[in-house]
Amino acid sequence: MRKVYSKIDSIVGNVITVKADGAKYGDLAEISTTYGDSLAEVIKLDDDNVSLQVFSGGRGISTGDEVRFLGHPMQVSFSDNLMGRIFSGSGEPRDNGPTLNENMIPIGGPSFNPANRIIPKNMIRTGIPMIDLFNTLVESQKLPIFSVSGEPYNDLLARIAMQAEVDMIILGGMGLKYDDYLFFKDTLEAGGAMSRTIMFVHTAADPIVECLQVPDVSLAVAEKFALQGKKVLVLLTDMTNFADAMKEIAITQEQVPSNRGYPGDLYSQLASRYEKAVDIAGSGSITILGVTTMPGDDVTHPVPDNTGYITEGQYYLKNGRIEPFGSLSRLKQQVNDKTRDDHRALMDGMIKLYASYKESLEKQSMGFNMSEWDTKLLKYGARFEAEMMDLSVNTPLEKALDNGWSIMAECFSPEETGLKSSLIEKFWPAERV
Amino acid sequence: MKSSGKVVGVNGNMVTVEVAGTVQLNEVGYVLTEGKKLKSEIIRVNGDRVQMQVFEITKGIGIGDPVEFSKELLAVELGPGLLGQVYDGLQNPLPELAKKAGHFLERGFYLDPLPKDQMWEFTPVVKEGDTVAKADVIGSVPEGPFTHQVLVPFSLLDNYIVKSIKPKGSYTLKDTVAEVEDSKGNLIPLTMSFQWPVKKAVNCYAERLKPVEPMVTQVRLIDTFLPVAKGGTYCIPGPFGAGKTVLQQITSKFADVDIVIVAACGERAGEVVETLKEFPELLDPKTGRSLMERTIIICNTSSMPVASREASVYTAVTLAEYYRQMGLDVLLLADSTSRWAQAMREMSGRLEEIPGEEAFPAYLESTIAGFYERAGLVRLKDGRKGSVTIGGTVSPAGGNFEEPVTQATLKVVGAFHGLSRERSDARKYPAIHPIDSWSKYSGIIDPHKTEYAYNILFRANEIESMMKVVGEEGTSLQDFIQYQKGELLDAAYFQQNSFDPVDAAVSPDRQKYVFNLMMEILTAELDLSSKDEARSWFNQLRQLILDYNGSEWQCDGFKKLEGEIKKFIADKKIRVDEKAAALMAKN
Repeated sequence: MRKVYSKIDSIVGNVITVKADGAKYGDLAEISTTYGDSLAEVIKLDDDNVSLQVFSGGRGISTGDEVRFLGHPMQVSFSDNLMGRIFSGSGEPRDNGPTLNENMIPIGGPSFNPANRIIPKNMIRTGIPMIDLFNTLVESQKLPIFSVSGEPYNDLLARIAMQAEVDMIILGGMGLKYDDYLFFKDTLEAGGAMSRTIMFVHTAADPIVECLQVPDVSLAVAEKFALQGKKVLVLLTDMTNFADAMKEIAITQEQVPSNRGYPGDLYSQLASRYEKAVDIAGSGSITILGVTTMPGDDVTHPVPDNTGYITEGQYYLKNGRIEPFGSLSRLKQQVNDKTRDDHRALMDGMIKLYASYKESLEKQSMGFNMSEWDTKLLKYGARFEAEMMDLSVNTPLEKALDNGWSIMAECFSPEETGLKSSLIEKFWPAERV
Repeated sequence: MKSSGKVVGVNGNMVTVEVAGTVQLNEVGYVLTEGKKLKSEIIRVNGDRVQMQVFEITKGIGIGDPVEFSKELLAVELGPGLLGQVYDGLQNPLPELAKKAGHFLERGFYLDPLPKDQMWEFTPVVKEGDTVAKADVIGSVPEGPFTHQVLVPFSLLDNYIVKSIKPKGSYTLKDTVAEVEDSKGNLIPLTMSFQWPVKKAVNCYAERLKPVEPMVTQVRLIDTFLPVAKGGTYCIPGPFGAGKTVLQQITSKFADVDIVIVAACGERAGEVVETLKEFPELLDPKTGRSLMERTIIICNTSSMPVASREASVYTAVTLAEYYRQMGLDVLLLADSTSRWAQAMREMSGRLEEIPGEEAFPAYLESTIAGFYERAGLVRLKDGRKGSVTIGGTVSPAGGNFEEPVTQATLKVVGAFHGLSRERSDARKYPAIHPIDSWSKYSGIIDPHKTEYAYNILFRANEIESMMKVVGEEGTSLQDFIQYQKGELLDAAYFQQNSFDPVDAAVSPDRQKYVFNLMMEILTAELDLSSKDEARSWFNQLRQLILDYNGSEWQCDGFKKLEGEIKKFIADKKIRVDEKAAALMAKN
């Protein structure tokens, strides 16, 4: 029987301090308050003073409330029963389903030995040309979607969840508006993807501490499935909310802040989550796509900046489109030589022409004369934007490639594209407008 | 007498310990928790309480957990068997660890850094009665492509008489190969390996020399314009996605040195794994043996605990200094030093030190300087030379070079290879900004010539900015041609295709050769009568040179293309200006 402590010394924000012995760093405790029970986590030990972060927040806690240490760190139930279910950040059901208690596994486990990693080699098809063709998503890749509030990043995530060729999806929601949570739920249900999905959702109205648990719970479960051979895609939205929750808690704890008030270990914290992405030899894999909203569309803000140094590229979502220039998939080289002969050349060629189109557009706006070449580029750019950048499609890569050739053929003569003659002979469409 | 203590506080990866007995700063201790021994280092002493950074996840540590101190500073083991290893920041061999502990890095699991049972062919070079001092050679063993010298431990401060030495034969690292006697008559047994604290620079050499000889990287822009010297230091700052990693990978494969040590202090595991899997398969062009045989990888990915990330650059540089002590040229590539600085910031925050600029600790600059100062070209006591060259990447917050880590680094390095977002966006690789970057070392080409080429680039840059305002129509033909020359220099010489088997690495001879060809174009007055003609002429020339760059040095195709290029230039060349002619004559 574990000891019960009923003398809470201080309550500051979400953190309470209690005098106790035998508590271990990272262990959970249960607090019984007049408003119900809540979990709390040991975040600091100082002699017999134990600081606990209360999941449901400090409001309503009385100095006389009972604290009972559970003797283990945060855990989550792991089994196939999780499929199709929705939970909160602390693992409680959000979907009126039963509470799961069997086979509890720890969260935030050790990192994967780099010596046992294998070089990523499989493409994940999403049916979205801006991804498949230009910035291929690769199994085990960790990629953020850099965006701004108001952009349809959650729509994009939901679409990827429905179209991506993976075994299962784990969606971790952090600070989601309730409407967005319902949007994910409804969209995945309507699209028939819910049965292969598990959701861990923290909404903006939930206790801030639970927000911090979402990535760890999602990734701990993902890791177990991956070790069982499953190809898991983890979608995290929004990692900026996660970082902001860390900031809020760090400041309440009077930690020395680093850049713009974020805690000094922001990089380590983000990295230890993103680094869970892995392709396991002879087993499954974890691929992570996260949303990072950039305050003020500023990529140098600490959250996107640190993220960029951790992840293997980024999709830059702006004006409802994945921008070809800011976006990058570092791992695409590993897979796009095996798809079709023309993939790499077409990818580079079309982007170079699109860059020239942007120059012509600039010249046009400055009132310079438009040459015949400029006119061709303007036509090309308009078609590229309308047909290639559309995110609401489900087009196989091969069809997108064919479409790329036909757009070029309708705008340029073969030698104007800068593509290799051998490819042009093979792929240039016969009938031309 | 080793001291002991018990945990009285835990905060993140820092624990506070109450000690009985004496301890020293940076001493290693082990926190005993849940049946595991977690390696830690003392970072502050305050009466009978010390603060320690734990090199592992601290979950589960409780008040009262016992702590054992080691009486030793954080040290690495030096001896034969280091080459080809993949270590974490604390010198744990990761592939061995994977065999014994599985997929994940279980904490508290430490292995011998060097294989203790492997036999080494020892050849003695001293005899009984000889006098030796620290870092003297007592024998040698073959290690990969090198003769590994067995040295007197650097920590032995006296002069010693050799009392016994093992004859030529096979021994393990557990065997005593020699016994030496100090001035007080104490007998000290020596094995082929010994420990050295990572945070203390090895200085067992006669003299530090000025780095003068270029360290060829086979990257044209670096060797020709922004050279690095053996024993020198350089840094590569750049925003994410600008190509730091590819540049380091290229350098680690092709740099003209004996040994390369790659230290990843908090980088993407996905990138480290490419090196891990690729290097054993690649052959060193110099020796024809696996590249891994001359490489050591220190691999601390970004998810490993912050304290071991901080240790990793020190571990790496100590191994580099050890091989320098054998008269070898060693290159240390640290990726990225910003992560290391961030690790320092994190610990400083936990210690509640008063933060400096951008919350980095006040000692950031001196620590960075201290690290880079461990590079150097040295003359050893027996007259041979050895060098440690340090190349560090920097990941500046927001891609802004004004930030403290970049600035502190710039003060202490000899060359600056600044990567630019604009260049990488335009797919101009390597994305080193040719104008903002600098080097204080001398390269493989006459500096007067490179200066001439650089001036054209500056001018082209000015003209380009002007054209953005007045348009092409407002630019004179002469200026337009100057602009095209600058663009050609950039596209056909600065830019290099790291995925092309030939263009990826260019020998210094070929660089000199092709540079002279470039100079022929840059110095020529050209008979081009309109901008359209100029543009098309330069476009065609660029295409020719790109093909030429991609063809095997001195093969038939190469010579044929060279003929075409020379003829192409000759057709439009009117004359060469006098100053340039004089330069060109100095071949």
